[in-house]
Amino acid sequence: MEDYSVIGKRIPRIDGRVKVTGEAKYAADYAMPGMLWCKILRSPHAHARILNIDTSRAEKLPGVKAVLTGKDFNGWRWGWMPQSRDEAPLADDKVRYLAEAVAAVAAVDERTAEKATELIQVEYEELPGIFDPEEAMNDGAPKVYDHVKNNVSFEFHMNFGDVEQAFAESDLVREDRFETGRVITGYLEPPSAVALWDSSGITIWAAKQSPYFPYRHLAACFNLPLNKIRVIQPFIGGGFGGTKNDSLAGDFCACLFSKMTGKPVKFVYSMEEVLMTCRRRHNMIIHNKMGMKKDGTLTGMHSRVIADGGGHTAIGPLTMYLTGCMSTLPYKLPNFKHDAYRIFTNNPIGAAMRGHGVTHTRFAAEIQMEMMAEELGIDPLEVRLKNGISAPHKTINKVTVDSCGLIEGLETLARRPEWKDKDRKKGIEGPISHGVGISGTAYLSGARQRGHQSCGAVVRVCEDGTVNYLTGASDCGQGSDTVLVQIVAEELGLDMDSVDIKRVDTALTPCDAGSYGSRVTVLAGEAAQKAARDVRDQLARIAAEKWEVDAGDIAFKNQQVFVRSAPEKTMSFENLAKIASYAGAGAVIIGKGYSQYGLEPYDFNKGEGDAGTSYSFTSQLSEVDVDLETGFVKCSKMVIAHDCGKPLNPINVEAQNQGAAVQGLGQTLYEEFKMVRGETQNPDLRDYKMPLAPDTPDIEVIDIITDDPHGPYGAKEASEGAIVSTPPSVVSAIHDATGIWFKELPVTPEKILRALKNLPQK
Amino acid sequence: MEMKKIKFVINGQPCELKVYPWATLLEMIREDLQLIGTKEGCGQGECGSCTVIMDGKTINSCLVPAVEADGKEITTIEGLARGDKLHPVQEAFVENAGMQCGFCTPGMIMSAKALLDRNPAPSDEEIRAGIAGNFCRCTGYTKIIESIRAAAALMEGRK
Repeated sequence: MEDYSVIGKRIPRIDGRVKVTGEAKYAADYAMPGMLWCKILRSPHAHARILNIDTSRAEKLPGVKAVLTGKDFNGWRWGWMPQSRDEAPLADDKVRYLAEAVAAVAAVDERTAEKATELIQVEYEELPGIFDPEEAMNDGAPKVYDHVKNNVSFEFHMNFGDVEQAFAESDLVREDRFETGRVITGYLEPPSAVALWDSSGITIWAAKQSPYFPYRHLAACFNLPLNKIRVIQPFIGGGFGGTKNDSLAGDFCACLFSKMTGKPVKFVYSMEEVLMTCRRRHNMIIHNKMGMKKDGTLTGMHSRVIADGGGHTAIGPLTMYLTGCMSTLPYKLPNFKHDAYRIFTNNPIGAAMRGHGVTHTRFAAEIQMEMMAEELGIDPLEVRLKNGISAPHKTINKVTVDSCGLIEGLETLARRPEWKDKDRKKGIEGPISHGVGISGTAYLSGARQRGHQSCGAVVRVCEDGTVNYLTGASDCGQGSDTVLVQIVAEELGLDMDSVDIKRVDTALTPCDAGSYGSRVTVLAGEAAQKAARDVRDQLARIAAEKWEVDAGDIAFKNQQVFVRSAPEKTMSFENLAKIASYAGAGAVIIGKGYSQYGLEPYDFNKGEGDAGTSYSFTSQLSEVDVDLETGFVKCSKMVIAHDCGKPLNPINVEAQNQGAAVQGLGQTLYEEFKMVRGETQNPDLRDYKMPLAPDTPDIEVIDIITDDPHGPYGAKEASEGAIVSTPPSVVSAIHDATGIWFKELPVTPEKILRALKNLPQK
Repeated sequence: MEMKKIKFVINGQPCELKVYPWATLLEMIREDLQLIGTKEGCGQGECGSCTVIMDGKTINSCLVPAVEADGKEITTIEGLARGDKLHPVQEAFVENAGMQCGFCTPGMIMSAKALLDRNPAPSDEEIRAGIAGNFCRCTGYTKIIESIRAAAALMEGRK
């Protein structure tokens, strides 16, 4: 392995200090003189036509400066695909889910704005609602959009090989219905922004994990050129996909209010607004059919997926794509058919969340594969080792895998005492039954959507030898700023402190697609590497001229520049920067680069090709103690063997895996929105149960090094794999403890008790 | 409604303020005192992001009326470091990746500090219980627990 100075080291986060002292400013921490507050009025109906809105009483309330309704946005809509732009900043014709935004107020303070929203009178014609996606597909079901047949928001089909023949030739075929839960990202920082519209255009300090999404949305909504849209990124209090990768009613209203009043305008959503109205993970019903030979060899799989999309399309088409295109990993699957339907209902909007799309269908396939192995008397580990892929591998839908640590990961877990001695530990002590489960899953890294994909980077050398690094990539907590600075420092032979990074400012930083699909380290990392190398080449030419050697012979390390073949010729990086800046006419050293991995297009209609530039593999072992009297499950231990190619910052990679696993644990055991006719019954953090410290296990992370040929320094995904591997490994452990297979998430104590007593599930 | 004059000590500094009876301690800290390190997550006393220490005990400042601060001593995240010198808990969180997005961090650190002040050598279980009022959605808690363990060792060494 190459001898790196900072890459691969356990470097503390560069934003650690400002975060532990309270200095780090988040969107809600911004305030400006004369600032107004924006509050949103939300619909009391899940499905209703808006007949009339009377804002006059609100306008007369002292302190109110402006009021907006849907009409003020002139029918503009946004959405992920050109054909799916169906969401308005404020609903103007119908409301399609409960608490959808219908009007907004700007006032001198938050309380006045809130009070004024209560004075707005909206006349609705209530419409019959539809809340069950399977019922919504029936003829005659209430329609969420008048022009959409059977409420099908988006459908996606894949068909490779011949599944029917595969099933006919199988020794065992199983059909099961799985369901994943209604869960949400669960960031603690509610969305917030301060917007200012002046003669220079729009400037908005907004809590966005992908600032270039609202950058484009705001330009389109207000018909402004992109160079008049300035999204400045504060620190972000967690993202996890969905809401903070998109725009909100509040963003559009704050901007328009600022234009109307000439004042800066701020909004902060309440946690209730977050939990009732923000984008959540699609809950999905997966009808899975799988074929297997007696020896455990998988022959084929057919998945029929029905996803609750809620009232709008949002990023749903990509979700549906990911439910299928990734199903051919990480096990050899010669025949695969996939039919995915995203269905409009009058529920809150389903969208992306960490483990996007993949976590649903992989859960179904993992559990079903293990159920079949059990029927055939095959060990859960053995069936995975038998079917697991090794690199190089090309799936039936042309997903190319050039590095794969699945088998090594599974074998690593197999050697662990938790697995080896599992039969010894098995058994019941008092009411507690112990169980161990395993899973082996894959995720993509360097995800590509449609449209603009590239990340840019600029590295600027200051005349004292320090460096400014500009990136459009966003650190919403995952630690990417630290890793990207490591890359720049490594390439220039500098220490971490010599490289400064500012957060995204769309007027200054080079464009970047955003933080999603585990793409930042891989793609923004490639851009950073290229920009730093551009700087190195420029400086090397200047050094070469001075020393009269070949520029290719110049090396950068430990803040020094030297000639490889004559190491006595050396000077500090600082000195070279000064020579470059001051000698002769002087030079301005600016390096630039952009990512170019994975330029081959993928076929979005067929589900063929690479939706990522590389693939990570996560093998996970989970231990649980199930209380047979109360049904309560305590997950006591997790061991995650994760192949991220090569960890560029191992402590960060561990932290990402641990965080993803606990988020996955929440959706496996605890978290679930209780819905009654479109109304979220538990929109607070007391009743929407995210894991707290006493609920979580110790989590050990083992790096499986595969050194991916594509990623920078061999790196791949590190932040999403473990949210895919956790649910099946925990459910497998619960099965080990109880002998019962649970096919619906979350596996609550109630479900466990009902199953133990052989009662029907509610 | 009439404002009430209160006197208290915040981060070691005596302070006198007029507050509305309906104002929360969190509003007073963030708006009147402009100490924005203390965060508002849920505003309902569930998430722990607004945790501060009042007379040695952690409280959810979003649930406490500002007038309750009268005569009390309050410590917020801004009151831990001494100039450039971080408090051992802060130092341990930086070194051990005890934070990711950082939003829960000020509240988490206040809970950790209060725990270590009353129990300098907590077991892992006691650490978990000590931060049971603070959600963290990023770390999965493992690295926070390691940070608090490291902070305990640092503080022990400094005695």
